[in-house]
Amino acid sequence: MDAEVTLTVDGTRHQLPVDTRTTLLDLMRERLGNTSPKKGCDHGQCGACTVLLDGQRQLSCLALAVAHDGAEVVTADGLAPAGELHPVQQAFLDSDAFQCGYCTPGQICSAVGVLDEVSRGWPSHATADLTGDVELSHDEVAERMSGNLCRCAAYVNIVPAVQQAGGAQA
Amino acid sequence: MKPFAYARPADVAEAVRDVAAEPNAVFLAGGTNLVDHLKLGVARPDLVVDVRTLTSGEVTELPGGGLRLGAASTNSAVAADRRVRERYPVLAQALLAGATGQLRNAATTGGNPLQRTRCVYFSDVTTPCNKREPGSGCTAVGGYTRYHAVLGTAAALPDPTAAETCIATHPSDMAVALAALDAQVQVLGPTGERTIPFSELHRLVGDEPSRDTELEHGELITAIDLPPLPAGTRSAYRKVRDRASYAFALVSVAAVVPPDGDVRIALGGVAHKPWRATRAEELLRGAELTDSAVRAAMDAELAAAQPQPGVGGGNGFKIPLVNRTVVATLRELTPEASR
Repeated sequence: MDAEVTLTVDGTRHQLPVDTRTTLLDLMRERLGNTSPKKGCDHGQCGACTVLLDGQRQLSCLALAVAHDGAEVVTADGLAPAGELHPVQQAFLDSDAFQCGYCTPGQICSAVGVLDEVSRGWPSHATADLTGDVELSHDEVAERMSGNLCRCAAYVNIVPAVQQAGGAQA
Repeated sequence: MKPFAYARPADVAEAVRDVAAEPNAVFLAGGTNLVDHLKLGVARPDLVVDVRTLTSGEVTELPGGGLRLGAASTNSAVAADRRVRERYPVLAQALLAGATGQLRNAATTGGNPLQRTRCVYFSDVTTPCNKREPGSGCTAVGGYTRYHAVLGTAAALPDPTAAETCIATHPSDMAVALAALDAQVQVLGPTGERTIPFSELHRLVGDEPSRDTELEHGELITAIDLPPLPAGTRSAYRKVRDRASYAFALVSVAAVVPPDGDVRIALGGVAHKPWRATRAEELLRGAELTDSAVRAAMDAELAAAQPQPGVGGGNGFKIPLVNRTVVATLRELTPEASR
């Protein structure tokens, strides 16, 4: 069964009929040719498909495209529209925060979401005082990024990259 | 994935009518659990009715001092709400102990308590499961029972071929906190509105393992209300899991300690529903919360617990573990009590 959806992906508006079963991830990769978000597990367990959906980090594999008609999606590709790297992307390069790179677009979108959440004072499971300030400690970053798996285990450099980007933005 | 029709009605009343009129219809909110089940073939609806944008996404003050969580408020928004963090830390902590940042940004107040069990056999459509296919049997009995129930089940080793057998647990962290807070569930159904005490929303297995809750087909959660707590009330959520982050609870404890001493305790990871430890609460009423008093009260609560044998030693470890976790949680909440 088809339905018409309109989506803005990385600044470009698309209107197209989609099978109601299509996820946002499959729509971007298979229909729009945007392979920045990756398909890892396709079950919401790995985070490789993370995008910014209406400004918040979400899993595009668990979002039905029809349910997000009118949404604005930004992928890791769209974070650098003019060819100038986003501070989080630059921090990943500076810290050598990846090996094979497959999880990296999801890591970067997730990190952008993390820094936004921290700037708004959102606590995490690692925050000792729920009503106090959040410091971007190792434990805070590790907890907040726990939805993004890296099978190369580049975590040892991903955590400092997120901390660097957070400091650079502050 | 089986084809389905998708509808986004104009309002909740129409959504309720749509689902009530189609026996094989489901509500969709954040989709974090349902979309996965559509892919796995665990859920095979003919009609998906999207309610994500139809209910309130706000947290609002109730007259009398409580808070109303709109059904569409996300788990991350509720956990970040300053009033929730200050007045109901047990709920903020439970939400933050669940899932990941990405999932909490999608998952909703109405959807979280209605998520299905994470029993691996329920998710595996190639195995018999009474919850997924009523009457097919239970593969979990004698299998991988590490995440399964020890309370509210019939016998130590239930008959895996019986239609009423199910040893699944409810996976939600949020629901355990809501049970301890005596939250109230606002529901709209085909015959009108009703309010369900949170501890009566979920069911024990009984003779219908396929039913997780008391909601009738077509009934929709529109909000969850948090009653006011007396000034000086302390509360906390403690979760024990196999990984430090992003894992379901082996056991968890939500505790609310009002200044009058009527402690409230709810347990997660131990039963088919969030388990209010009413026996332990009775024994601790008015008592000083010393370690030994809490331990004895929990011994009484767990007297009827049935460990399930299974791969890797079964789940008997949960019984002492949940007792110790309650002791640790209450110790942290009452540092002034004599030990």
